[in-house]
Amino acid sequence: MNKPSSTKRNLLWLQSGGCGGCSQSLFCAEAPDLLVSLAAANIQLLWHPSLSEASGGDFLNLLEQIKAGEIRLDILCLEGSVVRGPNGSGRFHMMANSPLPMMAWIKALALQAEHVVAVGTCAAYGGITAAGSNPSDACGLQYEGAEGGGLLGEDFKGGSGFPVVNIAGCPAHPNWITETLMVLANDQSDDMAVDGFGRPSSYADHLVHHGCPRNEYYEYKASAEKPSDLGCLMEHLGCVGTQAHGDCNIRLWNGEGSCLRGGYACINCTAAEFEAPCHPFMETPKIAGIPIGLPTDMPKAWFVALASLAKAATPTRLKENATSDHIQVPPVQPRKRP
Amino acid sequence: MSRRVVGPFNRVEGDVEVQLDIVDGVVREAWVVSLLYRGFEQILRGKPPADALVYTPRICGICSVSQSIAAATALASCQGVKMPPNGELATNLILANENVTDHLTHFYLFFMPDFAREIYAADPWYPQISQRFRALSGTASQQVFPVRAQFLHLMGVLAGKWPHSLAIQPGGTTRAIGVKERMQIAGILYSFRQFLESTLFGDQLENILAIDSSTALQSWAGQFSWQHSDFCRFLHVADALNLEALGQTDNIFMSNGAYPIEGKPLLASGVWRRGDLSPLNPAAIREDVSHSWMAQRNQALHPYDGLTVPDADAADGYSWGKAPRLDSQVVEVGALARQVVAADPLAQDLVRQSGSNVRNRVIGRLLEIARVVVAMESWLGGLQQGKPFCNQAPNVSEASGCGLVEAARGSLGHWIKIEKGRIQNYQIIAPTTWNFSPRDAQNVPGALEQALVGAPVRVGEKDPVSVQHIVRSFDPCMVCTVH
Repeated sequence: MNKPSSTKRNLLWLQSGGCGGCSQSLFCAEAPDLLVSLAAANIQLLWHPSLSEASGGDFLNLLEQIKAGEIRLDILCLEGSVVRGPNGSGRFHMMANSPLPMMAWIKALALQAEHVVAVGTCAAYGGITAAGSNPSDACGLQYEGAEGGGLLGEDFKGGSGFPVVNIAGCPAHPNWITETLMVLANDQSDDMAVDGFGRPSSYADHLVHHGCPRNEYYEYKASAEKPSDLGCLMEHLGCVGTQAHGDCNIRLWNGEGSCLRGGYACINCTAAEFEAPCHPFMETPKIAGIPIGLPTDMPKAWFVALASLAKAATPTRLKENATSDHIQVPPVQPRKRP
Repeated sequence: MSRRVVGPFNRVEGDVEVQLDIVDGVVREAWVVSLLYRGFEQILRGKPPADALVYTPRICGICSVSQSIAAATALASCQGVKMPPNGELATNLILANENVTDHLTHFYLFFMPDFAREIYAADPWYPQISQRFRALSGTASQQVFPVRAQFLHLMGVLAGKWPHSLAIQPGGTTRAIGVKERMQIAGILYSFRQFLESTLFGDQLENILAIDSSTALQSWAGQFSWQHSDFCRFLHVADALNLEALGQTDNIFMSNGAYPIEGKPLLASGVWRRGDLSPLNPAAIREDVSHSWMAQRNQALHPYDGLTVPDADAADGYSWGKAPRLDSQVVEVGALARQVVAADPLAQDLVRQSGSNVRNRVIGRLLEIARVVVAMESWLGGLQQGKPFCNQAPNVSEASGCGLVEAARGSLGHWIKIEKGRIQNYQIIAPTTWNFSPRDAQNVPGALEQALVGAPVRVGEKDPVSVQHIVRSFDPCMVCTVH
């Protein structure tokens, strides 16, 4: 990371079909906190729904000015999915005091933006809002679930030449957001690497499994059987951390947390279509007793062979502790040589 | 007379529009429009029951834990499972962490910045208040972001992350903590108390909790200069602008009760009808949709039988929100309601003196911060080393149940019906569904619609500042409202 850009970068943040949780998560940014992070990136917040003074007419005037190209828009962030229903009208989310649905505003503003950023899985792919029968006909900015498309279409590129950057996560980690904004604000295009789903590689090239404190249990297939057990959550309790993209166990949440550290399964919330797992979220689907969702880049036969070997070699300590909510058997102190 | 449309509102969670009839500079009638429909009740139909623990917290990123607890409680009532004492205490700590954070966020980031608006530039208190509370650049927001983030470390310890945790299950919590974590939380609470005592209140929490009447509040504040603390600053501005006269409702308050210890809540449940306290009867709740954009008409249903069929062209509809009523009455929910129903002497006296209004709603919230943080310290002390946090819950294939909790902004209820092991119906009534409800079949306006009547509009004001104060005094959460 180099010096902050010498010109202030204007950022506009809009919310649509979501829960506002990515903003709440962003406000948990630390070391530095949110305001200092924005200052460090030389970002000027044109408007954020939870933070700005302007509301009503002042806000709508601002949007009109951006739309008309009178105010430069360097970064447009959308939080929440694009709501297209009913029947393509967008009336499930009208902009207040405006004849236009929110989706029309988002599109018009995206066309003026240098960079367009989808904050959270909803804005990226549709997310939770698109679950079940997708009653509001929600989609992402440039994706419809795992398929390219969405509101802006597969070929969309912002003024900078970049497609939409998808900071997927439900919610997104505060530092995934601040880090991406810093990179974009500084025109460090080489740093803005993304994976096949438009997610910043800086966090999406890790698996949630990396750094998981339950790793020793995983190695020996010493599994938790019920909530609050210490063992690995993959075999029975629905954890897909070995397949899920994210650095959640390396870059922790709210101080020292992560889903696994909190004692519950990773549900792959950074992935397109995570909202439709085809099995109860907190139960591992199995065929003939073997979990069907194994690590994606490991031959299945090898996994099964290694797992049965490991299971046979599981130390009593792990076997006992895996199904307990606190350590029953501590590690043994190695004997000193006489 | 002219119909004025006001919005978009920011510094509220989600989107809302207000329509006003203004006569001679005073609001004569108001309509509140909830703008976003996502359809969670439709999404949940046919899902495995426990998946509600994944979907419902994601209704709202600011009330996520409250939604989570309402879902877990509704499931627990179907399964007949109870939390062990540690699980109950940990759940209280997690909920209190969210609720107190929300009160803090509301006061510093959502509500107070309106007093830094240019319209007040000529008022004597303006230089100090605008310097302190101006959105983004005020000294308060610079101070509050790190304090808030550090306080939420409690979530990192007990709930894995915030928002959107799966740590709260029907049978308890998923992280059994030990000495290390208890000491961490003790440090977090101590540090937060320091901020409250030095900056928000300028006095010990115990002294704040000892204020038991409006007169006592006046003499408490009278000891200090108006710039002694942020609470003093608020009381000063509230006095100068007579916020006590702004935003009156009908003074019927409801609370589901909050923070149970062995089933007995720290804050009792009940209904306060203009001075009379009575038990809450959830069977008397109905959701009316006569003025909602819903297809089913003229049928006020109990949430167990509730329907959600959106229709953007519904005759007489003007909001995606439904209109919940208790015994056919409009009720107000929130921190003030909760404290009044829980028999807090100051809250009750404030309401007896001047009813429900902008000033009293804010005091109710700040008072609750003090009360709940002190309770958090004692819950932490009650956790027992080595004892369980979670009981296992059985699967059920036919059952119905409800989960009634208190989110920061008021009463939240989930009603679930399970058939053949799947969710057959799931209905949610959130705090702001109550407070920002549209009219019902009898044409009775909702709580905010009542509160806006009489609001003064200054000459030339496009987005009346009085309306801004009233709307935000409820700490609305619009994403919860419609869901």
